[in-house]
Amino acid sequence: MTKPSFFRDSVVPVLTVIAAIVVLWYVAALFMNHSTVVAEAQLKGLAFTPSATWYRSWALDKPLLPAPHQIVAELWRSTAGLAITSKRSLVYHGWVTLSATLLGFLLGTLFGILLAIGIVHQKVMDKSLMPWIIASQTVPILAVAPMLIVVLNAIGISGLLPKALISTYLSFFPVVVGMVKGLRSPEAIHLDLMRTYNADDFKVFTKLRWPASVPYLFASLKVGIAISLIGAIVGELPTGAAAGLGARLLSGSYYGQTIQIWAALFAAAFLAGLLVLVVGWSERLVMRLMGARPERRAA
Amino acid sequence: MLLLVLAAILGIALGISWLCVYLVHLGERLPATRRFIDFAVPLLFGVMLITEWELVTRGFGVPEILLPAPSVILVAAANALPTLWEDVVQTFVKSVLSGYVVGCGLGFLAALIINRSGFLKRGLLPLGNFVSALPIVGVAPIAVMWFGFDWQSKAAVIVLMTFFPMLVNTEAGLAAAGHMERDLMRTYAATWGDEMRRLRLPAAWPFIFNALKINSTLALIGAIVAEFFGAPTYGVGFRISTEMGRMNTAMVWAEIGVAAILGSTFYGVIALFERRVTFWHPSVRKGQR
Repeated sequence: MTKPSFFRDSVVPVLTVIAAIVVLWYVAALFMNHSTVVAEAQLKGLAFTPSATWYRSWALDKPLLPAPHQIVAELWRSTAGLAITSKRSLVYHGWVTLSATLLGFLLGTLFGILLAIGIVHQKVMDKSLMPWIIASQTVPILAVAPMLIVVLNAIGISGLLPKALISTYLSFFPVVVGMVKGLRSPEAIHLDLMRTYNADDFKVFTKLRWPASVPYLFASLKVGIAISLIGAIVGELPTGAAAGLGARLLSGSYYGQTIQIWAALFAAAFLAGLLVLVVGWSERLVMRLMGARPERRAA
Repeated sequence: MLLLVLAAILGIALGISWLCVYLVHLGERLPATRRFIDFAVPLLFGVMLITEWELVTRGFGVPEILLPAPSVILVAAANALPTLWEDVVQTFVKSVLSGYVVGCGLGFLAALIINRSGFLKRGLLPLGNFVSALPIVGVAPIAVMWFGFDWQSKAAVIVLMTFFPMLVNTEAGLAAAGHMERDLMRTYAATWGDEMRRLRLPAAWPFIFNALKINSTLALIGAIVAEFFGAPTYGVGFRISTEMGRMNTAMVWAEIGVAAILGSTFYGVIALFERRVTFWHPSVRKGQR
């Protein structure tokens, strides 16, 4: 067996797959945009050579499938090329979405932790609430999102809060489920030990249950942050395309601006990746501060 | 009058909460009744929620645009049964089921193929994990542009949404069989197909069902949200957005109720199959709790 290497075992395969996707993408763009190019040529009464047709299908204004370099150019133009206060800057729209995501995520996490604490300590809450919490997630809740926005708008609450509430609703669930599991994860021996110390519920909670649940909390937070972002983006759809990445998607689809849609999608993907990374980093930091050995993986 | 309503609201809340507490304590003393109580307590809680909802909306005269009473929603649903059925056929039968089957099937096949190549596994799995965290519903406008307004575009979004969770979970499941068992298969000189059928796939079922359950919710969300970007003149998502525009909130809630029932039933059916197929798993086996 050769020694494992991060470069050979992770970087090379991932880059290879990404390169393959990019190549496939260019080929797909060639085929999908072909008819548009032909129609354009007929309209202008031109006869394109094959190479000109190729080149043209990667450089259309409103292609069916924009080529990767067009999306990168649009991303660059709408982030670095514009003042961040501009209504067309993706940084501005990204910030609108990000702030709703973070607020909703924060509320959802707090709410979820509180519910989990209640459920673990109160048998009645466990029996009566838990089935409904699980049922609430089989409901396609995003369907309610536009209504919630319009209703809250009608009673004068608009802007950040309604979107954040949707993110809250979506993100509280993984936190509740994970934390209930985590707060119950201490083994019977440990709980018995606390009993021999004559520790009350509060002491058991702060000294045993809470520290034991931290790995579960972070696992839930990773799911929660991703789903918060989705909630915020969908929450922006019915606001009449005012601001945010979701609004960029919607206005792009109204005006057939495919490059704009793809740029917004990539910006959203970038945000999602960044948020998950930040949660991952803070997990490693917290676990190190709590004295966990770095190579041990939390269950 | 307001005071009376307030008293009724508080009274019912306190009464039912007390009943729940009583039942739970009873269940601890009499284990024979536990099954019934596990069923009755959440039901009571649900009844309480709906009664309180009705009382609050009626008693305080909450405008219907904000929140219609449950009875109003029921009446609206009963009056619009054909419409609701048409929407269900469009959104659930056509979009969700077709997209779900294709997406989960492709994800499963892809996992089987990738499983044979370590290089592809190392290259695709991190990407699959990353893509699972992305807001894929965002491709809905593009899908509508490519595949038209009808159910095909919704199914396409669902295929994309369900593919990666299935891929990642199946892959994890196929890796779940222990080294001892795999070595045992080797000593039997089992072929790849034999090892799959008799060891790896059975070990992977809990993971695959996990993906199927996650995907059941994702698929319904995908179909409804994709309909916001364009749909023929029927479909659950289409109805929600148009009735909302007409401020006909009772109908919107009726559609949400239908979506909720569909979602829970879909999930429930899969959970039922899971119990059948993975009867040996600790989370299904009796006597574990």
